[in-house]
Order: sequence, then C-alpha cells, then structure tokens
Amino acid sequence: MRHLLGIRGLTPEEALGILDEAPRYQDVADQPVPRVPVLVGRTVTHLFMEPSTRTQASFQLAAKRLSAEPLSFVPKSSSLTKGETFLDTARTLASMAPDIVVVRSAESGAPHVLAREIPTAQVINAGDGISEHPTQALLDAFTIRKHLGRIAGVRVTIIGDLLHSRVFRSNARLLTMLGAEVRCCGPPTLVPPGLDRLGVRSLLHLEEALEGAEAVMVLRIQHERMHASFIPTEREYYREFGLTGERLARTDNAIVLHPGPLNRGVEISSEVADGPRSVILDQVRNGVAVRMAVLAEIARSSPRSQRTDG
Amino acid sequence: MNTVLGNEEFRAALFRLGDLVAARAPDPLAILGIRRRGVPLAARIRRRLESAGRRDIPVGELDINLYRDDVHDRGIPRIGETRIPFALEEHHILLVDDVLFTGRTVRAALTALSNFGRPRSVRLAVMVDRGGRELPIAADFVGLRVEAGDGDMVRVRVEEEDGEDGVVMLPRGDAAA
Repeated sequence: MRHLLGIRGLTPEEALGILDEAPRYQDVADQPVPRVPVLVGRTVTHLFMEPSTRTQASFQLAAKRLSAEPLSFVPKSSSLTKGETFLDTARTLASMAPDIVVVRSAESGAPHVLAREIPTAQVINAGDGISEHPTQALLDAFTIRKHLGRIAGVRVTIIGDLLHSRVFRSNARLLTMLGAEVRCCGPPTLVPPGLDRLGVRSLLHLEEALEGAEAVMVLRIQHERMHASFIPTEREYYREFGLTGERLARTDNAIVLHPGPLNRGVEISSEVADGPRSVILDQVRNGVAVRMAVLAEIARSSPRSQRTDG
Repeated sequence: MNTVLGNEEFRAALFRLGDLVAARAPDPLAILGIRRRGVPLAARIRRRLESAGRRDIPVGELDINLYRDDVHDRGIPRIGETRIPFALEEHHILLVDDVLFTGRTVRAALTALSNFGRPRSVRLAVMVDRGGRELPIAADFVGLRVEAGDGDMVRVRVEEEDGEDGVVMLPRGDAAA
C-alpha cells in the first residue's frame, strides 16, 4: 500500500489486513514502555491545515509508539496564514524529504495533490474536506468487529449530516465493501444524491432506519461546514434526529458510535453517550492501534524497505 | 547434511540442560522462550524443572523480530506476539533460544525485554552454542557446544515445529535448509 488516500482504492484484503494486525498494536499500549521499533529513523510529518485535536493527537501518539520521528506542520505557526499556497507548502515539505506525510485539509483532494507533488513521500489522508477520512472508517470498522464479532451482515445505521460528512463517505464505502448492511437517515437537506451507488439505503424516518440495527453511528453536526441554513435550529434537530434512549430502544441492542467531538443535546443525548451501549471512548483507544497498523503497513511498501531476504 | 545429534541424543542433551538450570538458576524463576524454536524448548525445560521438584514456574514467549538490528536491510517485519504472563520485576528470567551464534538475537531479546520491564536478573540457556560471536554475549546454560565454521549453518529441529528432534549442520545455501 503506497498511500492511503481514501477507502476508495483500498481492497478488502488490504482493509482486513490492517484490522487483523491492529490488536497486536493495541497490546503495545499495555507495555510499561509502550513503544516498538517499527519506524526507527523515519520521519512522519503531520500536516494539519484544518483544526483537529483528536485525530492529530491520535496520529502523533501512533507515530511515537512506533518510534518514528514525528514532525508537525500546523497552519497557525506555518506560512499558510501568510499567503503561501498549498503547492508552495507541499514543495517546501518535499525538500525536507519526509518519509510519511499525514495530511488533514478542508479541501477535498488535497492528499492526492500532495502525493503527486512529493513523489518520494507516502501520504495518509487524515480527512480531506467532505471527501474521505479513511482511518476513521477503519477504526470504526475495527470497533464494530471487536464488539459484535463480525462486520459482514451487520446492520449499521448512520444518522446525521450525510452531505458534509467525510466520515460517512469513508464508512459507507468500507462497511459495504466488507459486507455490512448500511442504512442512513438525516434531514432531507443534508442527504446527498446518489446514495444507492454507494450501496447505502437512505430512509426518511429515523424510527424506521433504527429498526433492528446492531450498530448506530451518530455523525456530528458540523457548524463549521454549515454555510447555508440546512437545519432550522439545534433544538428542532434534536427533536427530529437526536439519538435518545427511547429511540435506541428500537434497535437490536445496538452499540453506539460517534467520531467526536460530541454535541450533547443536539445529535445525541447524554444518557446515550454515557450509557452502557456507547463505545465512543473505545473508538478513541482503538484509533491509535489502527493508525499504528496503517503507518506500519504503509512503511512496508516504502522504497526504503524493499525486502531482500528469502 | 551432517547429523550432529539424533533424536535420543538430543533429548538426553536437553535433559542435561534442564538439570543444569534446575541446579543453578535462581528463585523465583520464570522462563521466556524466544520465538519460534525457543518456545517449545522453554516448555520442555519447564517440564524437566517440574520433575526436579521446581514447580509452578511461569513460562512466556518473546517475539524479537522488530528488535533485530538488520531490520532496515530486511524490510519492516510483522509485529509478532509476545506473551509475558507474570510480573517481570519479581522474577529472575531464563531466556531460552535454540542456537547461539553471533549474539545479535540475544541482544535484540534483551532490548525487547527492557520495554516490558526490569527483571531481577536475566540468564541465557541455549540448546547449541556454535561459536562465532559478534557481540560480548555468553550463555549461562548450554546443551551442546559445536565447532562450526563461518560457512556452516547449524539447525536445531524440534518435534513441535519440525516433526522431529535433532541438531544438523549443513553448508550455507544448502537447498535442504
């Protein structure tokens, strides 16, 4: 796997390979010295051009636990705010010959541009615009498999702002690719067209979408991407689409996932978020292990590590 | 291919190795086999210790692939399984491996071990010491010493992994390896 630009382009075998290897990396976290020498001498650059606390922290921790040299490029302290273009930034970065670049951007497609501009580097997409967030989808799939024992045939319901959600797009692709049955529901203004092409069934009524679900994925209402009035008020959104205990009761004792950060009382009630079926904090824990597995898998196909042994 | 030890001789040598450990290894002892062939050897040494009256000795396994110093010539290995089902800090550790040659595997094992804690002490038991050290490392308990040339390969075969017990020596690059 040269890059991880999206779930699109990933084969089921590659995805399962990462999910299978992740538990070993989870064990590393329990060691007194939680570190393994997988990426010794390699630079992992975190180019975060959009604010992100948890994904960045998760990737940084993953890189450190693999003994990489982590390097941060964040817009507030870098030249992006001084008018430097993205291409200039990419070329500057290229001159430093990084091994792996983890990129987060508000622009869809930025990781692809980076992969083209820095031919020696390997790029991991940590979320680009409304397009993809592949490591989030991998950690969600990992979490579902860990709690339900399988992915194929699992009934998953995704609720919320589907239109602006890269988490939704990556998850829809990955989960259907691995054989899950994915349904979704959201305000009609926030449901993109062409969902059937993704293999996802879109339902108008939340109650119907939740019926018999084994996993419910609640998406965050993203204030920063609401440039138009897609929803009337937060209170009204909660009344129509918020995941409450009463609604959760319609499912088949489903586990509850959320990519964070939570808007309590908007897309989810505190009762559910903190309840016994919530796996939200476990997702965060799993994220580090899954990202370690992704980093190791990417490094394996680096030009620097061609195997010569037999 | 030369057979250095056949089935019966191998078992006798392994018993002697177990008896040496039983007589001299400190208490409280725990055994860690280095994957892969160190693992079945560790289990057998443990059984010998049991029959010598040293009971309830915990045993685990150590994967050292990631810690090899030639990792960057060989590509990035898959992370293997390390299992240490006891408190490292409270035990004297007996590391077990099949062949002691350059000493690099043992160095890697010591590095790996240090990420899991600080044992009271570490001893080393090997089935075969074939000489040829590249690091200042020595075994505390040796089943068999063999004079092998640089061009020779010494292989330990164990029933659990290879279907039979024995030690063979073969010229490097032999297809039968």
